This record gives sequence, structure tokens and C-alpha cells, in this order.
Amino acid sequence: MAHFTKATSIKDWLNQRLAIEKVEKVMASEYWIPKNINFLWAMGMVLVITFALLIVSGIFLLMYYQPNVDLAFDSVNYTIMREVDFGWLWRHVHGVAASVVFLIIYIHMFTAIYYGSYKKGREMIWISGMLLFIAFSAEAFSGYMLPWSQMSYWAGMVITNLFAGGSLHADGLVEWIRGDYVPAQAFLNRFFMLHVLLVPLAIIGLIGLHFGALRIPHVNNQDGEEIDFDEESKKYLAGDKAGSKVIRFANDFMSKDMLVVAVYLVFFFYLVFYHYGFAMDPVNFDPADGLKTPAHIYPEWYFLWSYEILRPFSTDVGLMAFAFAQGIFLMLPFLDRSPNAIPASRRGLFRFWFWAMLIDMITLTAMGKVPPVEPFGSIGFYAALIFIGLWILLPIITYFEKKA
Amino acid sequence: MKENSRRGFMGKAFGAVAGVGAIASLFAMKKSWDPLPSVKAAGFTTLDMSGYNANEIVTEKWRGKPIFVLKYTSEMVAAFDEKQMSRTIKVGEDHFMVNLGLCTHLGCIPSYNKDEENFLCACHGGMYDVTGDVTKAPPPRGLDIPPFKIDGNTLVLGEEGPEYKKMLSDGTTLKA
Repeated sequence: MAHFTKATSIKDWLNQRLAIEKVEKVMASEYWIPKNINFLWAMGMVLVITFALLIVSGIFLLMYYQPNVDLAFDSVNYTIMREVDFGWLWRHVHGVAASVVFLIIYIHMFTAIYYGSYKKGREMIWISGMLLFIAFSAEAFSGYMLPWSQMSYWAGMVITNLFAGGSLHADGLVEWIRGDYVPAQAFLNRFFMLHVLLVPLAIIGLIGLHFGALRIPHVNNQDGEEIDFDEESKKYLAGDKAGSKVIRFANDFMSKDMLVVAVYLVFFFYLVFYHYGFAMDPVNFDPADGLKTPAHIYPEWYFLWSYEILRPFSTDVGLMAFAFAQGIFLMLPFLDRSPNAIPASRRGLFRFWFWAMLIDMITLTAMGKVPPVEPFGSIGFYAALIFIGLWILLPIITYFEKKA
Repeated sequence: MKENSRRGFMGKAFGAVAGVGAIASLFAMKKSWDPLPSVKAAGFTTLDMSGYNANEIVTEKWRGKPIFVLKYTSEMVAAFDEKQMSRTIKVGEDHFMVNLGLCTHLGCIPSYNKDEENFLCACHGGMYDVTGDVTKAPPPRGLDIPPFKIDGNTLVLGEEGPEYKKMLSDGTTLKA
């Protein structure tokens, strides 16, 4: 057993037992962040705060929500929205945060693509991040089922139907996932479990992995410069704060991080109080009806780009294109053959690749929202082809990229 | 060395037993997600076919899905070609359409036009004739026919009778 002495203070008492000073150093005051960064480096903290808002609002919704096909719709639209004091607040925070979290994830992702923050030892950060994207997608979908409204029901029907694999007709698998022939009580109950327990557990685990993956390669910087963190932190601790290329995570970097978070929260609560409607589809105020399809079925905005890749093709080709779109971002560190980890603006053809990909995904998103009439059908079709083409081109153009 | 091999053995023995347990629990987990017996038992719908009026569409429910039942007039039947006839179910002296009311394109519910005697799916403009056979794309095939068994004057949906098996084998319908 280790040797303990009589404590001189509460801090000392804790320090002897939990080494809190050491933990604080490792996690915060001696966790080093490059100085050469911009506000886009705050998106991680923005995501942490948004996730916290989702958990807190979710806890309050959970206390009144009823995962029962006869009660679910009213427990949300009557009990939570009208009876529970501030019930509307939790629902609007939860709905808006679920939508906005994807906006921030996309910004976070494209920042990493632009600055090449997925290579030279940062591959695991990217991979764990993309796994988080998948887990958040599962979380969003399972949550969408819970109000048991028309869009919940029909989205549940269509998405679970994808698992039949088109011409494979794996109807047994679809029925197994649903626990019934159509989305019904078993379906609602198991997606409720996934939404409130299993998927959040996976997300929390993956966030741990994502943060852990950062520790050895450290955060990237605006020039992709390779920084000797040991050397620079020594300089900083020796008092040469101006000459050092790094700063402490807390409180130095955190103070700027929280400034961005503060601006974000103003925008976020503006949406919650004055503009929550975008996260509340009107079709979702009709209770689920298995004998009546809504005239126009479309997913939430953050799934539109991949939905649009599925839609213009015949069933089987569409499914393959969809699977490709879902998986391909995970492979980015290995498809980019260039050793250059610098901003896209200094990377020759990759610069055009980056903007083409961004514009293409915005086009796909827009086309996914409109009904498939001309010219939108054709635009969507070519945008889907361009998406696939860009990924095929990526290894080629980066292979021939000049070493910076 | 001796101790190492002993530890190694214990590790392997534990791993083997735990592996069997893991596979067994995966099996239990898979089975726990299967549709419950009560769900499966509710997967049958019995229709009394004597209660329908000619050229009047009725939507029944089977396994939570809409089922179109349409009793044909004798003029309709007289005008049917061979393919249309093969999609028709004969109960007693009457001819019926009994189809799954979900568009084979993306699963919307088509609507019946009594005067033109056809079905239109408003989602993407697919059309079907009075027997549920596709007449205008995008649907890849006619409406599916649910498994049925003719039992006197009633039709049991969910059971596979000889007439249904024949439709399956000659490709009139896919398994719904």
C-alpha cells in the first residue's frame, strides 16, 4: 500500500488519493494546442456543448414520453407540449439541437478535409469521427421514430425496407429488424431502447476514442506545420510564451473556444425560441397511419444528400450507390495518396476537388428536397454521378500531386 | 516456463468456455428480436367474400398493410385477357381482385378510379389496370398478391393455398 500522510487541505487529501493535480495537468493545463488556428477549431467544443444540450433536454422528455403505439403521439403532442411546464422548451431544444448538430458535424468534417487533418498520424481521429457520424445518424433516425407520427411511421417503413437489399428480397431480415410485418409496437419499443440507451452509450464511447486519438498527433494547425510539442511546451513553461508555438488547452485555448460557443448559443437559442419550425415537419403533426402514405416522403435535411444518391437510380443500383456514399468518407485517409497535410488551397488539383465535393453535396441536398420532376431529376442524377466520379478521381489526382 | 504454460492453458480454457457462451448469447439475442408469437398469430385475416359489391373497392387490413378487394362485374371478366385472368381469384361463382395496396415502386398507396377502372399512384404517377397489373412505369411490376387460401366462401390471408402457390410458381406474383 502506498504511503499516506495527514492531509493539510481537502485538495491535498484528494490529491493523495486521486492525483487530481496530475489529472488536471494531463487533461487541461499541460495539454498543448497550437496557436496558429482559427474559429473552425472550436467546432469540437460546440459539438460537446450541443451533445450536452441533447442529453439534458432528452432526460426531461424521457420522463413523460410513452413508448407505446397508442400513447406515444399524445404523450409528445399533448402531455409534453401542453401539460408539462416548459415541456415545449425541452422538445424544441431537443429537435433544434438534433438538426443543428449535423450542421456543425458537416462543418467539422469539411474543416478536417480542407486542412488535411486526417493524415500523418491523424487517421484514427478521422475514422473515429466518421464512426461518430454513423452513430449520430442512427441516433437521429431512432429518435425520429418516437413521436409515432406519419413521417416517423413512413420513414421507419422505407428505411427498414432498404435492408431487404432490393432484388435480394431479404424480407425476413426486415421483419426481424421490425419485430413485426410493419412498424408496430415491437418496432417502437426497440427503437426507443436504441435511442435512449444503446446508441448514446456507443456515442459516448466513441467520443472517448475520438479524444484519445487526438493525444499523440495533437490538433492540426492552419499551415499543417509539424510542431515539436515537447520542445514548444518546454519553451512555454520556461516563460517564453510569445516565442512558443503552443498554448495551454485550459484556460488559454478554452477561453477562445467558449467565445465561439457563446456566439453559437445565441444563434442556437434564437432558433429554439423564434424559429424552431424548421425542425418540426408539419407532416409529423399527423399520427401514424399505416393505411395512408403522405403525398411526399423526404428525410430531414442532413440525410438529403445520401437520399438523393439513392433516388435517381433503379432499386439495386440505387442501393449500391447509397452504400458507397455511406461508407466512402471513412476511407478518405487511404484514398488521398498525397503525403501533403497542408490546406487545400496549396494543394493543386485537390483544391478544386474540395470545392467541387462541397458544392456537389449542397446540390444533392437541394435536389433531395424537391419532388423528382424535371429539371431537378436530371440535376440530381448528374450530381450523384459527379459524387461517385470525384471519389474515383481522388486517388489519381492526389497521387500526381507535387510534394509541398 | 511451467507456470506460463499453466496460465496459458487457463486462458485458453476460459476463452473457449466464454466463446461458447458468447455465441449462445448472440443466438438468444437474435431470437429475442424475432416477431413475437402473438404478432405471428395475428398475421392471418379471414375475409367473407359474399359481402362485397361489384366494382366497389374495399380496403381490408392484413399484417398492418392495406389489402385491396374488388369484386368484378361479369362484363369486366368477359373482357379480361389471359394475363389479367391469371391475376384474378375465383371464389364460388364470383371473381375478385385481392392485392396488396402498396405501390411496388416505393410503397405508396394507389387510389382506384371507379369510372376508368384503373389505379393511379399519386406519388410518382405509376398506373395499374383493374387487375392490379402495371400499365405505366415507374412501378417495376404489378401489385403483389398476398398469400391466400380459398375456404368455401371465405378467403384466409396469410395461408398459402394451392391457387396461390400456382400464382407464385408461374410468376404472377412475388412473395409478399
